[in-house]
Amino acid sequence: MTFTLLIATRKGAWFAKSADRKRWTLHGPHFLGHQVHHLLRDPRDGKTLLAAVRSGHLGPTLMRSANGGKTWQESKKPPAFAAGEARGRVVDHTFWLTPSNAQEPGVWYAGTTPHGLFRSEDAGVTWQAVSGYNDHPQQKTWAGDDKQGTPDGPKLHSILVDPRDGNHLWLAMSGGGVFESRDRGQTWTPCNKGVDMDFMPKLPEGEFYEFGHDPHCVVMHPAKPDRLWQQNHCGIYVIDRPEQVWRRVGRNMPKKIGDIGFPMVVHPRDPDACWVFPMDGGSVWPRVSIGGKPAVYGTRDCGASWQRFDKGLPSAQAWWTVKRQAMCSDGAAHVGLYLGNTGGEVWASRDEGRSFRCLFRHLPHIFSLSMAES
Amino acid sequence: MACVLVPTLLRSYTGGTAEVQARGGTLAEVFADLDRQFPGFAFRVVDEHGRVRRHMVVFVGGERRDDLGAPLGEVREVQIVGALSGG
Repeated sequence: MTFTLLIATRKGAWFAKSADRKRWTLHGPHFLGHQVHHLLRDPRDGKTLLAAVRSGHLGPTLMRSANGGKTWQESKKPPAFAAGEARGRVVDHTFWLTPSNAQEPGVWYAGTTPHGLFRSEDAGVTWQAVSGYNDHPQQKTWAGDDKQGTPDGPKLHSILVDPRDGNHLWLAMSGGGVFESRDRGQTWTPCNKGVDMDFMPKLPEGEFYEFGHDPHCVVMHPAKPDRLWQQNHCGIYVIDRPEQVWRRVGRNMPKKIGDIGFPMVVHPRDPDACWVFPMDGGSVWPRVSIGGKPAVYGTRDCGASWQRFDKGLPSAQAWWTVKRQAMCSDGAAHVGLYLGNTGGEVWASRDEGRSFRCLFRHLPHIFSLSMAES
Repeated sequence: MACVLVPTLLRSYTGGTAEVQARGGTLAEVFADLDRQFPGFAFRVVDEHGRVRRHMVVFVGGERRDDLGAPLGEVREVQIVGALSGG
């Protein structure tokens, strides 16, 4: 077994490789000086890589490799809004990449800043707009215009494809909320009941906002696709479809920690287990580890209780955080957890969070981590 | 035929060459020809609506041009630069 950790940063991409998860070697850089927002290997063929790339000056593009990263070719038609469209939206960068399910080899989805949804049916060579989302008459109402959203632009992320049915899609907008499609993206329905919006006026008992929420990360459990986990701007939630209402299981986190954060990782086999990386969402939203003491929290009982994991992580004065795409797991019997932080460090656990060690330092600000096993 | 001065930012497309030739009576036509010669080149500089990207600048004969549809006229030197936008 070879474990390859794909590290995408603000200044390029690197690969970390290991046969035993103890000794790691770092390879790269690829795309030095470019912002690499997301980097994934296609789990269906085990060799195609897609990287969402832009530089400070140049416009966005997608790079693809058909040989595991030995050589790269540029996408012939990267994600772009329709020329001359009335709203004049311009793709600033591709933020999120998702391969479709095993029944649709070569099909990928991309989410952009500002919010845009695109599909490729040729493994990333060319991309077409998903008009049912991009041109939906309510899209601007759901998500605001392209000047609103998170500090570095509104983001369409957490594109999820049901492993049983490629027509069944989910997406999340920061902000805008979580939406579901049953017809391959032609129509969309909000699914945000039960999710708090502390940043909006409180509604009378029994009323709720239909959209406008701020999901940070939504994950579908691979072994139980009707279970979705959500790390939101306002808490940690779970839903078991066809339920209509999310349950705020983050209420069971320690009060002094709270349940604010960005990344969320589920156990590859146990649908009741997941891990989060809480951050400081108080006062002016510093978005750093709480008290300067980084820690992972995990649950094995679907959020009824949470356990702190900080062994090996810095015990004080470590004010970093982990972005929504920068935490991942592997599929080993004792699941490995990996954190890439804003300070350019990669931390790893080989025992499901019970202890961590730093694998690499001195990399640029890490945007995403993903694991490829072969 | 226009002589196009290519910044280091874009020389991965031109095989490292700093100066290339392109056909066209307007900048839009010049960029279309550049993209034919060097696939992907134009989209890094010009967005999906045909506008020069925010952090790029195009000069024709030493004068900044934002309208890609305007005729080039007699001037045949096009310079593409990364805008000085801080840092």
